[in-house]
Amino acid sequence: MNGGLLLQALVSGLLLGGVYGLVASGLTLIFGVLRIINFAHGAVMMLGMYASYWLWVGIGLDPYASVLLTAPAFFVLGVAIERLVIEPNRDAAEHNQLLLTLGLALFLENLALVLWQGDFRTLRVPYANASFVIGEALVEVSRLVAAGGAVAIAFALYGMLRYTDLGKAIRALSEEREGAMLVGIDVRRIRGVAFGIGSACVAAAGALITPFFYIAPDVGESFNIMAFVVVVLGGMGNFLGALVGGLIVGLAESLGAAFLPGSLKQLVVFVIFVLVLLFRPEGLFGRPRG
Amino acid sequence: MGEKALAGLAVAALVAAPPFLPKYPLEILISVLFFAYLGLAWNILGGYAGQFSFGHAAFFGIGAYTSTLLFLRAGLSPWLGMLAGGVLAAGFGLFEGYLSFRYGLRGPYFSLVTLAFAEMLRVVAVNLKVVGASIGLVIPTSAAAPALFVFAHKLPYYYVILALTAGALLLTRVLARTRLGYALVAVRENEDAAEAAGVNALGAKLSAMALSAFLTALGGTFYAQYFAYIDPTITFGPGISIQGLLPAIVGGAGTVLGPLLGAFVLTPVSELTRALLRGRAGADIMLYGLVLMLVISFLPQGLIGWLRTRRMRAG
Repeated sequence: MNGGLLLQALVSGLLLGGVYGLVASGLTLIFGVLRIINFAHGAVMMLGMYASYWLWVGIGLDPYASVLLTAPAFFVLGVAIERLVIEPNRDAAEHNQLLLTLGLALFLENLALVLWQGDFRTLRVPYANASFVIGEALVEVSRLVAAGGAVAIAFALYGMLRYTDLGKAIRALSEEREGAMLVGIDVRRIRGVAFGIGSACVAAAGALITPFFYIAPDVGESFNIMAFVVVVLGGMGNFLGALVGGLIVGLAESLGAAFLPGSLKQLVVFVIFVLVLLFRPEGLFGRPRG
Repeated sequence: MGEKALAGLAVAALVAAPPFLPKYPLEILISVLFFAYLGLAWNILGGYAGQFSFGHAAFFGIGAYTSTLLFLRAGLSPWLGMLAGGVLAAGFGLFEGYLSFRYGLRGPYFSLVTLAFAEMLRVVAVNLKVVGASIGLVIPTSAAAPALFVFAHKLPYYYVILALTAGALLLTRVLARTRLGYALVAVRENEDAAEAAGVNALGAKLSAMALSAFLTALGGTFYAQYFAYIDPTITFGPGISIQGLLPAIVGGAGTVLGPLLGAFVLTPVSELTRALLRGRAGADIMLYGLVLMLVISFLPQGLIGWLRTRRMRAG
């Protein structure tokens, strides 16, 4: 193992991890407020990627600029999904809610397959190959922008959660739901808003990676599973945990890719996942449950 | 007409009618029973014990790969390999179950862990050259050899899956009335209360896991012999886990007949969609997703639960 390769793996891992962080932030926000593990999160990301793709193909809109359109649109889509699909089943058994989002994921993914077929699409932007070198590591500009953009959005969201009334209501609901209801927080509204923000986050993450990532109906699946890993690692509902967890998983995956043959890198991530689930289900940063 | 007479008629039709069926309806019937069987196997753990596995593909794949590899590498008949696969899957189920239950994983956490285990096996199978890696394995079927689980026609396969399904049904029916069956339901309804009442929750859940895994693995061998080809995505992928639990959920988890009923509704609907929307890949699974959402929203206890409520209201 030479130093250059290691440095390259570290850089790639951190850049990938930033994107995972944003995807997982959306998932953990939804989990915190709705107490639902959203299996359709990756499918929403996939739709977000297609939205950016068609905006590029249709009107030549740059994928970064498309975030300004897709994020609000996916916020509305998320609110609608919550209202139509999740809310009527609010009091359903936990496993039924899980299956509900699984059904939604199957539906959305295969809707995309029916509409746009299974071919891999790529969005060829003129700056796709721009890159520079730090030390011995090659840094692709598009990946750097994706990671930077993702972290910036995640921090903006964090600021919103911390300092605005809406953010405080969201945090109150995810930390102490009965207390939040007692002080008069409109739970129904906040649930919709949380799902909307989560969906906007993942659509933005999708848009940010389109300059260097293929687009296909099942592209969200691997991100979905990665986001589960990240969210569990960071502690379900823990926002900063999701960001740090994203970086850890990104690093683990890219170091795994550097050291292990084939696609065994995924094994590293799953092993971490199972170990955390078994030994620290409250996450790395959570307080152990008594 | 009494329920017993109706059931008798259905059994008679399932046994006697298939020889007279054309190829396509027979294939659909095989598919129905195959998914009914997987649903029945999942139902023991997911329905009766209430442990929602999202990773039964692990057991399915172990079954398919064990019998196939034993045949290809050692010439062992898949009939025997099937049992070996079942035992191996039960062992893996015990390992996975012990880890999960020992550390108190419940609800969605258990679902995620089972999903992760199945995905790990898939990744390993994709990367392991000795098991055919991502190319998969072909089961030679040029010459019919009933002793090697290879038949020239679809009909014998039909009777094999019919026998498996009947066996799983009987087993479930018996199980539901044993001490273990009651223990599983008690654990599902309230694990702490069950333990306080003296139920060995860990033991009960592990038994359900082993049984469910064993049966699922037999289904894996059946799949391998019937389609004569397996690869890591088909056998270890999330698709088979989902398609195996759907019949149970739609029909009614935790009931004896639920998975059978679910498969008889789901599979023809999906076949019909596929036939109507020829060439539109994904339409049938899209429909599955929609059905799943509708069932959870409007029939949370599945078709059997819905029928029961209606009957209670009626009389």
